[in-house]
Amino acid sequence: MKLESMYQEIILDHYRSPHHKGLRDGFGAEVHHINPTCGDEVTLRVHLDDESQGEQAIIKDVSYESQGCSISQASASVLTDLVIGKNVAEAFAVHEAFLELMQSKGEAQGDEDVLEDAVAFAGVSKFPARVKCALLSWMALKDATAQALARSTQKETEQ
Amino acid sequence: MTAELTRTAAIDVERVRKDFPILERTVGEGRPLVYLDSAASSQKPRQVIEAMSDYYAHHHSNVHRGVHALAEEATALYEGARDKVAAFINAPDRNEVIFTKNSSEALNLVASVLGWAGEPYGLGPGDRVVITQMEHHSNIVPWQLTTQRTGSELAWLGLTDDGRLDLSNLDEVVNEHTKVVSVVHVSNILGTVNPLEVIVRRAHDVGAVVVVDASQSAPHLPLDVQTLGADFVAFTGHKMLGPTGIGVLWGRAELLNELPPFLGGGEMVGVVNMEGSTYAPIPHKYEAGTMPIAEAVGLGAAVDYLTALGMDNVARHEHEIVSYALERLGAVDGLRIIGPTEPEQHGAAISFILSVEGLGEIHPHDVGQVLDEQGIAVRVGQHCARPVCVRYGIPATTRASFSVYTTRAEIDALVDGLEHVKRFFGA
Repeated sequence: MKLESMYQEIILDHYRSPHHKGLRDGFGAEVHHINPTCGDEVTLRVHLDDESQGEQAIIKDVSYESQGCSISQASASVLTDLVIGKNVAEAFAVHEAFLELMQSKGEAQGDEDVLEDAVAFAGVSKFPARVKCALLSWMALKDATAQALARSTQKETEQ
Repeated sequence: MTAELTRTAAIDVERVRKDFPILERTVGEGRPLVYLDSAASSQKPRQVIEAMSDYYAHHHSNVHRGVHALAEEATALYEGARDKVAAFINAPDRNEVIFTKNSSEALNLVASVLGWAGEPYGLGPGDRVVITQMEHHSNIVPWQLTTQRTGSELAWLGLTDDGRLDLSNLDEVVNEHTKVVSVVHVSNILGTVNPLEVIVRRAHDVGAVVVVDASQSAPHLPLDVQTLGADFVAFTGHKMLGPTGIGVLWGRAELLNELPPFLGGGEMVGVVNMEGSTYAPIPHKYEAGTMPIAEAVGLGAAVDYLTALGMDNVARHEHEIVSYALERLGAVDGLRIIGPTEPEQHGAAISFILSVEGLGEIHPHDVGQVLDEQGIAVRVGQHCARPVCVRYGIPATTRASFSVYTTRAEIDALVDGLEHVKRFFGA
């Protein structure tokens, strides 16, 4: 059935018990993203080990507070599992793969080696109104990481 | 569905439903459509669809611009629609009925020209505009823009915990500096019917112009602009069985005559010289360019349809449906109604939050998605009224809204659907 293809058990598990939730100290940048049509909101912090390494910097932690539907909440939880411990370039590659899956209108399955639990979102791509729910925290991650890196470059220039 | 379930005291709903072709269709896996989203946009009877198609098939031309037969027929139909609307709202003068694109454009028109006007109506530093916390964004943002541009001040009336306007400080908020009070007649998110009489009286006491957003009342209650006592009233066609792309601004002739034009262009002018122009008399002064003619004709047909049913009957039917819905929804375990829970002074929309044991509140998006699977169409989100959600500390709501074709059986389907939602997300 169509509905179960969206609400996979993995998604509902992440929704009921989200991973890495809560805001933690020691972060390079914090962003607040909203989805004005439905009221979903996320505040997300990224902590990089050494910002001067640019895209080679390791993502030490991603912490967040959010409110929203099951899809947006589960997506944020899956995101943290996927990117914590990876370097920025690797995390952005995962983001690209997830974006491609979400834009596939139900045609793609997603590469489980790259996306792990996030392949469960394949069914969401059939529901155009829900795609932006799934992408909210990923957009926030990209924004926060870019800000953390930019801040480090700025510091170097100032020095 | 039995006749007993589909007939209210006021309206033979079974017969009404036969006029709405879309209500015959199914959604998803062959589910009959349960359309509970009429506050976002109502469905259209075949009388409206046919009036528009007949207009295009047999009478179309530009209006007010030709001497040929079609130009005259099109003009008669377009101006005939204005007469129908004028009668529908009991306007003292048909020229006070201005066609716009929708309510938003009507409200932007008023906010803009009051911002541009000279004394005594114009806004400037030291002047105040008063709105309320339960406005639709379309009655907030135009006033923010105007007050920001003119250096005037925006103030608002708050809400009580039970979803009504807090009028305890009405005299302080609507003070002697107040030049405009713009208020919604029926809230699109809470369903509250506001006591306009009190507000209009206070506003006029301090010499303010009163604007009423009647988007959610024109489709549901008898609307008499003379009894209302406001200076401007805005509403939209597509929520009252008419087409999209057409709305109405009614305004007092003396104000419309005095205030500056809104959009410039063809048809709104008297004499055009390279140095400057004079303007057409109302209503044409506020109708620049080729207007949505077919849409006006469609709105005229919608007004005929509602008038034939009788707006008193429409109001009685919907009151019965709202009472039944409040009672049934109120009995759903884990359901909290946002807004008034009594049917008195309650419009045809009910917002709520659904919770389930083990999970807590189920986000409205998820509620709406699982209802959709069962063929039930509701609206989820903030309903273009974010300040209301902030006021009640909620991210969003699920909203069921009703119209002339809504049956009690559909309310039953919604309640069953919500039980299914709880089973789906329950731990």
